[in-house]
Amino acid sequence: MKAPNFNYCCPDTVEEVCEILDSMGSDARILAGGQSLVPAMNLRMASADLLIDINRIQSLKGISLSEDSQWVRVGALARHAEVAASPLIAQHVPLVHKAMRYVAHQAVRNRGTSCGSLALADPSAEMPACAMTLNATLVMQSKKDGVRTVPAREFFFGLYDTALREDEILIEVRWPCSGKDSFAGFDELSRRQGDFALVGVAAQCHMAGARIDHLDVVSFGTGPVPQISEQSVQAAAGQSPTEELARELAVLVAGEIDPDTVPNIEIKRRQAEAIARRVLIQMFQECAHASQE
Amino acid sequence: MQVKNEADITLTINGQERSFNVPVRRNLVDFLRHDVGLTGSHVGCESGICGACNVRVDGVVVRGCLMFAVQADGCQVDTIEGITESGEAAELQQAFLERNALQCGYCTPGMLMTSLELVQSGKAASREEIREELSGNFCRCTGYHAIVDAVEHVMERAKP
Repeated sequence: MKAPNFNYCCPDTVEEVCEILDSMGSDARILAGGQSLVPAMNLRMASADLLIDINRIQSLKGISLSEDSQWVRVGALARHAEVAASPLIAQHVPLVHKAMRYVAHQAVRNRGTSCGSLALADPSAEMPACAMTLNATLVMQSKKDGVRTVPAREFFFGLYDTALREDEILIEVRWPCSGKDSFAGFDELSRRQGDFALVGVAAQCHMAGARIDHLDVVSFGTGPVPQISEQSVQAAAGQSPTEELARELAVLVAGEIDPDTVPNIEIKRRQAEAIARRVLIQMFQECAHASQE
Repeated sequence: MQVKNEADITLTINGQERSFNVPVRRNLVDFLRHDVGLTGSHVGCESGICGACNVRVDGVVVRGCLMFAVQADGCQVDTIEGITESGEAAELQQAFLERNALQCGYCTPGMLMTSLELVQSGKAASREEIREELSGNFCRCTGYHAIVDAVEHVMERAKP
């Protein structure tokens, strides 16, 4: 099918976007990469009185390192393909770098954006899971409040429900730089390479010498929002990164999936345990290998 | 700022600058087929899954069904007709032919667009990686083996 009728505008500044959103609210939709919004419109699952095409707003482009080298800024128009090829992301945010190869297909990566994925908050998408794992900072702007920031762990409320208000535009995401003692892991299960995940796991481990200082494990595709494994944070602290520990933690991750939010809970748990085990074993091997050097 | 339901656009299609007036809801592949008359790009799922509509915009391959024609204003758009005429895709097309990498041919323009981007990237790719790159394009006839064979063959030859 084709998208239902809409009006279109193509502003040059974020301020103009905020002005329109302030007056129109949810009747206006922001068009960035369009790789989720346009299929939804073509399938008649979404519509808009006005599409605000932000693709010509220069200030939303690019990927850059903050002055204090604490985070990497990914603007609302940075395409997945740019993020995948970015040396800054590869060096400072290895989790996102690892996750990129699972994000859609090349033709979609050439248009789709990280910020678009975060704003939509599909429960099976990779970027929200990475944002939860690293507790990235999301930056939004509105006419009423100007610029405000929200940590990712306070951003995702529920199924496609986020802290982003109808009068706001997500202008950038700030990925915290991972230190040299940090290691990342990512994997997912999908029916076809590049499709949305049935189940996925993102993880980052910070080491203190030969022991785990802090571990964050997030499962996604397992509920309305990416889910942090609270139990494994505690169970991993101060431990050695062994295969045995990885297996134990994977059981915890799977056990924390809420049976009320997913159908076929037994299948979901088995899938989550298998993927978590794979991710953690691989990541712990890298941790152990690095600490022996 | 101007709010529009129709737009005047000027873009370069296969090297030729053209101007059109289009409804803003017309997607790029429909525009190419119906307004421009270039029917080589095909329409499959219209939801970004099958890759039959893949065309090149400003040098990168995109889904023609997930971009509106109005967004291509000022852009360089290349279609299967363009890359055939220029000879850019000749080697791939020959390899597809020799290896029976097409049967009904519906997916072929999109397959060639995707494959050409991979070949031109200069990346070395294993069969597994070629499959990964092509995973965004559906083929309902060949079972993919022959397509992977063809792309692999061209990539082997492109090696320095």
